[in-house]
Amino acid sequence: MLSNGLVSAAYIAASVLFILALGGLRNQESAKRAIWYGIVGMGVAMVATILSPGVGNLWLIILTVGAGAAAGVYVAKRVQMTEMPQLVAALHSFVGLAAVFIGLNADIMLTAVSEIKAAGTALSDADLTAFGEKLWKKDSVEIAILKVEVFLGIFIGAITFTGSIVAFGKLAGKVDGKPKKLVLPSEENPIPFISGHYLNAAALALCLILGLAYFMGAGIWTMVLVTIIAGFIGWHLIMGIGGADMPVVVSMLNSYSGWAAAAIGFTLGNDLLIVTGALVGSSGAILSYIMCKAMNRNFVSVILGGFGGEAGPQMAVEGEQIAIDADGVASALNDADSIIIIPGYGMAVAQAQQSVSELTRKLRAQGKTVRFAIHPVAGRLPGHMNVLLAEARVPYDIVLEMDEINDDFPETDVAIVIGSNDIVNPAAQDDPNSPIAGMPVLECWKAKQVFVSKRGQGTGYSGIENPLFFKENTRMFYGDAKASLDALLPKID
Amino acid sequence: MKIGAPKESASGEARVAMTPASAKDLQKLGYECMIQKGAGEAAGFNDAAYKAAGVKVVSGAALWKDADIVAKVRPPTDAETKKLTDAKTLISFIYPGANAKLLENAKGQGASVIAMDMVPRISRAQKMDALSSMANIAGYRAVIEAGNNFGRFFTGQVTAAGKVPPAKVLVVGAGVAGLAAIGTSTSLGAITLAFDVRPEVAEQIESMGAEFVYLDFEEEAQDGAATGGYAAVSSPEFAAAQLKKFRELAPEVDIVITTALIPNRDAPILWTKDMVEMMKPGSVIVDLAAERGGNCELTVKDEKIVTKNDVTIVGYTDFPSRMAAQSSLLYSNNIRHMMTDLTPEKDGQVVHNMEDDVIRGATVTKGGEITWPPPPPKTQAIAAQPKKDKPKELTAEEKRAKEAAEFKAATKQQVTLLAAGGALMLLIGAFAPASFMQHFVVFALACFVGFQVIWGVAHSLHTPLMAITNAISGIVVVGALLQVGSGNIIVVLLAGISVLIASINIFGGFLVTRRMLAMFQKS
Repeated sequence: MLSNGLVSAAYIAASVLFILALGGLRNQESAKRAIWYGIVGMGVAMVATILSPGVGNLWLIILTVGAGAAAGVYVAKRVQMTEMPQLVAALHSFVGLAAVFIGLNADIMLTAVSEIKAAGTALSDADLTAFGEKLWKKDSVEIAILKVEVFLGIFIGAITFTGSIVAFGKLAGKVDGKPKKLVLPSEENPIPFISGHYLNAAALALCLILGLAYFMGAGIWTMVLVTIIAGFIGWHLIMGIGGADMPVVVSMLNSYSGWAAAAIGFTLGNDLLIVTGALVGSSGAILSYIMCKAMNRNFVSVILGGFGGEAGPQMAVEGEQIAIDADGVASALNDADSIIIIPGYGMAVAQAQQSVSELTRKLRAQGKTVRFAIHPVAGRLPGHMNVLLAEARVPYDIVLEMDEINDDFPETDVAIVIGSNDIVNPAAQDDPNSPIAGMPVLECWKAKQVFVSKRGQGTGYSGIENPLFFKENTRMFYGDAKASLDALLPKID
Repeated sequence: MKIGAPKESASGEARVAMTPASAKDLQKLGYECMIQKGAGEAAGFNDAAYKAAGVKVVSGAALWKDADIVAKVRPPTDAETKKLTDAKTLISFIYPGANAKLLENAKGQGASVIAMDMVPRISRAQKMDALSSMANIAGYRAVIEAGNNFGRFFTGQVTAAGKVPPAKVLVVGAGVAGLAAIGTSTSLGAITLAFDVRPEVAEQIESMGAEFVYLDFEEEAQDGAATGGYAAVSSPEFAAAQLKKFRELAPEVDIVITTALIPNRDAPILWTKDMVEMMKPGSVIVDLAAERGGNCELTVKDEKIVTKNDVTIVGYTDFPSRMAAQSSLLYSNNIRHMMTDLTPEKDGQVVHNMEDDVIRGATVTKGGEITWPPPPPKTQAIAAQPKKDKPKELTAEEKRAKEAAEFKAATKQQVTLLAAGGALMLLIGAFAPASFMQHFVVFALACFVGFQVIWGVAHSLHTPLMAITNAISGIVVVGALLQVGSGNIIVVLLAGISVLIASINIFGGFLVTRRMLAMFQKS
């Protein structure tokens, strides 16, 4: 058994290691070391906690940690890199659920401790866990604060839980990606105050009332109800957000899972939980901010779902989409000196990253300059494209951010757009009435020639027509991205 | 009305202002066409071809008498001008700046004279811009002429008989003629360098496949837009830098084609005697500015000379005429387009609309008055280049003031935030007990550290960041661990599940992060 002092020291070590782990992601090389800081930090924290005074049921701990570890390892080994977004979302839901359970537990234990205290039993006779002892020592103000913390922990945890499950479903394609809001009683005959955003607002109000009741001394049933209602809010909120906004949603849920952990930390009076929760929470918040900025959207409007009100008629797109076959693309690539590839979610869907990598290798072997332009919101997760390209062994020093490469398009011979749409939409710059007006986009149309690898003539996730496809220097290379690239590969020499 | 093209009276002029093809189009506008006997002979269009196109072949005297509109290439001679009456319109190159006497004569006759060389350079008028169409031909022909006098290949070759280096061509002045020369030269396979005083044409030069010769010179760049797309006079310092550069290039280049002209001035001397002497024997200079004195100091107008060190200098001024068939086709089309603008109703009647920018600009005499020079056109020829902001050009004081202002704003913002945060802390501190405040301090500091650290994370590592924060947020396991020893079975159950799922998070999260990070590799 470790003394309380030693446990605190271990917690400090763990906190520092976690901060180092996040800070180490500054670049690819230090990141490889940083991950070990994280792992060691977590190990120190868990061992110290298990060995700290007042922790019982060791066999159960070993069993559950072992089972969890086995499941975690299994999932991590099996997951495809393209499935990363849904995995991250699924893992968030676990944190949310755990936070809810721990919150409920805190209340159960608080009630139990109060009862023992009321019965007049001395602290030494009560046989409490460390946490129970802490509860014992709390005065009435502290208990009031504890109740607020329990409420927050459960509320945020429940939203994170159901929200992450919906996000998982949408990203995995198990739930339709289109934004959907409950409209009651029916689509044709909505009553404004019990549907859409109002439903969320009403549920939120109800939660606050229940929270207040709990604060005034109502039983644990209020918290169970809050769990259910907050769960509904999480489900309904994320259902209302389209697939293209998922990077923001996933980062937001990431942030929530952190805040839930921090709230639990307050409840339990555990500084390590507070520090870690705050780190994760702020990390997610910053990611959401970066994603929103990259889409020129307001965070609130993303969370409330759907694109903002349309300011006026969109510019009509003139011209026609001209198709091209693999031979045409191949001859243009063979003649080109500088090539920029712009991957998007379509590349992930078609699992085309290996073919893209092969194409890159072949073109580079001929001494051509091949680079990748990554829009901050390409894919369904921040940095999604980088990971896919890394998986396919594309060297990371030719994978550039939007700001680094956007000025180079005019000097580029060929730009290849693979499965992206909105992030290369010139309407964002040209058409003030476009729903994505003002969003920073990759200016690939400034290249001498643009090839767009695309399944068919449909519009992107946002449902906006893309004038890029109609430009004079654009040719459409229809077909599944992987099949198209594989047809192209033998023709490059 | 009748439109006629006489035979050019200038000696050696092979072009003609009307071709069978353009005559057909003119007839569609409602005009009757006539041509002087043998006028198209030198350009390869015989009388029979004109007849077949429905053109009346007449004698010179009959043409000048009958035609209401006379289309010519070269400015009319005095004798020809005398044949113009007040009802006639003459369309031709006039060069009004150099032909004041001609203008006076035409004014005296009361005739309308439209100068093809005065067509303003606006987009709408490009189709009748005869200067450009002729310059294009001159540029092409200049390269051909140079090749004719140059004893080697343009393109580099490795043959069984030996290796041939590619020719090095320098084109000075990248106007229409210069660009045409660049295009011809590069397509023949020569290494082509090009220079112009207007740095904005560098892009056009490079798009034609030539290399722009940059001067190491700092000056307010000339903006071609201000002078209607033409070059203006450059400062003495600039001219010196330019000559220095040329001196460096002179021993390397095989062929020099100079096309530098400034409107209404003598051609600037850009290729001096000493540069010619520096050139390799067998080199060729083609001076397209010979008409205005030449860009090369040694150029002799209308002649080809060979210097002592065996450099050929071509000073011909009749390049378009040397390709008479091509230039007649283009010129007659320019004329036809001018007629289209003059005939809005397509009824064979000229409407000389002096409100029209193009027609007004090109008209030099009308109704017994000289209307040259024209007022500036209503539409700006070329959009002026937006002046590029140069923040570095702020003076030191302004810079300091700006920095101070920025610093002040940032300080203000930070202080406001700190004050607001501090007030919030005080508010919480006033009510919350000390034990809570302890944790709250930790929380606030952790948020602060988190924000500082996360901003530094590379964009490409955002997915690993999410995975690792995910793993770390599995720290809730600590909370569950603290509860799992409880006596209450529900608490144990819930805490047990929490430990289980949080462990999935921890192990899964870390492993997957490691997998991802291991994939990132340098090329």
